[in-house]
Amino acid sequence: MNSMMKPIHFKPLNGVRIVVWSAFALILVLLPAIFNSSFAMTLLCFTGIAVIACLSYNMLLGQTGMLSFGHAVYTGLGSFVAVHAMNQIVAGWYLPMWLVPLVGGFAGLFFGVLFGYVTTRKSGTPFAMITLGIGELVFAAALMFPWFFGGEAGINSNRTAGKEMWVNFGLSFGPQIQVYYLIAVYVFFCTVAMYAFTLTPLGRIANAVRDNPERAEFVGYDTRLVRFLVLMASSFFAGIAGGLSSLNIEAANAELLHAIRSGSYLLFVFLGGAIFFFGPILGAVLLVFSLFMLSEFTKAWQLYIGILFLIMVIYAPGGFSSLIMLNLRRVKYGEWRKMRWPYTWMFLFGLIALWGFASIVEMAYQIQVAAGSGSKLTVMTIPLDAASTTSWVIAVIVLIAGGVAFEYWRRKFAKVWSDGEERIADAIKKAEAAIV
Amino acid sequence: MSNFALELTGVKKSFGKTEIIRGVDLQVKKGERIAVIGPNGAGKSTLFNLVSGRFAPSSGSIKLHGEEIVGKAPFEINRRGLARSFQITNIFPKLSVFENLRCAGLFSSGQKYSFWKPLSALESFNDRTEDLMASIELKRRRDVPAGSLTYSEQRALEIGITIAGGGDVVLLDEPTAGMSHSETDRFVELIRKVTEGKTLLTVEHDMGVVFGLADRIAVLVYGEIIAFDTPEVVRADPKVKEAYLGAVLEAEDAA
Repeated sequence: MNSMMKPIHFKPLNGVRIVVWSAFALILVLLPAIFNSSFAMTLLCFTGIAVIACLSYNMLLGQTGMLSFGHAVYTGLGSFVAVHAMNQIVAGWYLPMWLVPLVGGFAGLFFGVLFGYVTTRKSGTPFAMITLGIGELVFAAALMFPWFFGGEAGINSNRTAGKEMWVNFGLSFGPQIQVYYLIAVYVFFCTVAMYAFTLTPLGRIANAVRDNPERAEFVGYDTRLVRFLVLMASSFFAGIAGGLSSLNIEAANAELLHAIRSGSYLLFVFLGGAIFFFGPILGAVLLVFSLFMLSEFTKAWQLYIGILFLIMVIYAPGGFSSLIMLNLRRVKYGEWRKMRWPYTWMFLFGLIALWGFASIVEMAYQIQVAAGSGSKLTVMTIPLDAASTTSWVIAVIVLIAGGVAFEYWRRKFAKVWSDGEERIADAIKKAEAAIV
Repeated sequence: MSNFALELTGVKKSFGKTEIIRGVDLQVKKGERIAVIGPNGAGKSTLFNLVSGRFAPSSGSIKLHGEEIVGKAPFEINRRGLARSFQITNIFPKLSVFENLRCAGLFSSGQKYSFWKPLSALESFNDRTEDLMASIELKRRRDVPAGSLTYSEQRALEIGITIAGGGDVVLLDEPTAGMSHSETDRFVELIRKVTEGKTLLTVEHDMGVVFGLADRIAVLVYGEIIAFDTPEVVRADPKVKEAYLGAVLEAEDAA
């Protein structure tokens, strides 16, 4: 190709990307102004930390196809090393408190190198099994070495230590709002960094290894090394989330390392969606919402989350983020209007059926678990009595009626959806034919 | 440095007690086009799997550009300049056509495992990938996930992935399998074009393709090479006729 024929590269600043990241930063800045109660502030801090943890988990699950059952090892060990660093600051180390999350990050990276060397030797199911084993091992070790892990009680610290250092710029991290903004800064930069990672050669090869590890080997890639490198990066960010958690709650305990926590990263990243980059952010919001809000409404919250998980695995394996993207695609091709009414009716009858279902679950809980507090309860503001037959009959009738109406509209919706799919396929074909 | 691009000496492969490859000697000169033919179950695909490192041979030596490659992993063999395609399409199904080709060429472009620069900054590499995509006639399917391409488009992508890394020894395992006659003709032209100047080994059943494409033909029957010569000589060889070709050519004449 001679120099005259070289394609000319004209790279305008990527407008969409700038708008999206600015909006993200703006939201992080403005959230405390909108949700300003102390409870809301607590939730925001936990959510920010969960966002980093879930995004780091998805580097494994969604981007490299590594199903890990032991991600809490890296967030948790990051927390422990960070809490010890905080106690060293209390004891006089000259380290600004806002660098503690990075200490957690490097701890995560260290353990990522250590354990990842073992776990990433295998892929697929053996990898999942080994991560489960490492998770159990680390949790057991946490109870064996109380001098480091603090036994059952864990280790406490004080985030206001070292506030007199000039590098803290007068920040004491006493008020929660200061902690929030520190978390927000970390969330922003970690999210940018993890997104940027997806655009690099290693990030793309990770996708190739996810899709077809065998072929990746035949185009020159050592897939074990790819998995190892991605796991290191992932555990670094997981460690940062762990460090932020120590700073936020001024403590670390063995619960942070437990398999239940690893499981919830998997569950909520899946619910948010592992296909799209922003899916785990939705997952993190859902995680904190379920853990702190849903559990206030109902004792049976895990049952609802379990059922939701089941439904999503079967009907929407791409999670909420892919549902959003599928609908945005409809909007793009002008198909959205046709779906408004089916959606409205599905939502309405779905809600009614949900009320019937929730009433049955809640009344059963009231009798079986909370019998001491009487048989009266309310479900979505409607009063019920678990001891009265009428309440049960009403709940069952509402569930069936709502369910039937929902199913009727779901079928109509399915028809509208598949018709739209055909029209979109035609439109794409036409567009392709126009490319020379 | 050896004159041979690929040199197999006494290569054997057994699965359990069954001997699939029973002592293959094969010397392929640089820039030669070799077709490997033989009846079903003769071990053609196994031979390719041994050369590309998918399986290790039970005994024998395989040299690529004079260097022993037995015992090396597929990615190490690939980095030494050997690229292969698969009989059953083996692509990255969720990645777009463009990303498939980009991933396939990324290592040899020198990027390896880098994560400190974006892919979009690799301008000349991206341009080369676009050119390759145009040459395998998939330009208009650039952003479609490879998994939703048609069968013949996937076969073209399979070839594209194979040659994207710039390997100078190319192994194609039944590239035209499952294609119609008109598709096959176009496809053979495509293969000829994109493997220009490379050493090519191909497993093929379509005799039209074999005689049109190959400088020399290796006939593999029950794990042994019974003939290895120019198409004319192989066609006239009574041993080959008896073992394999006679039946195939008769069938083609009848059709």
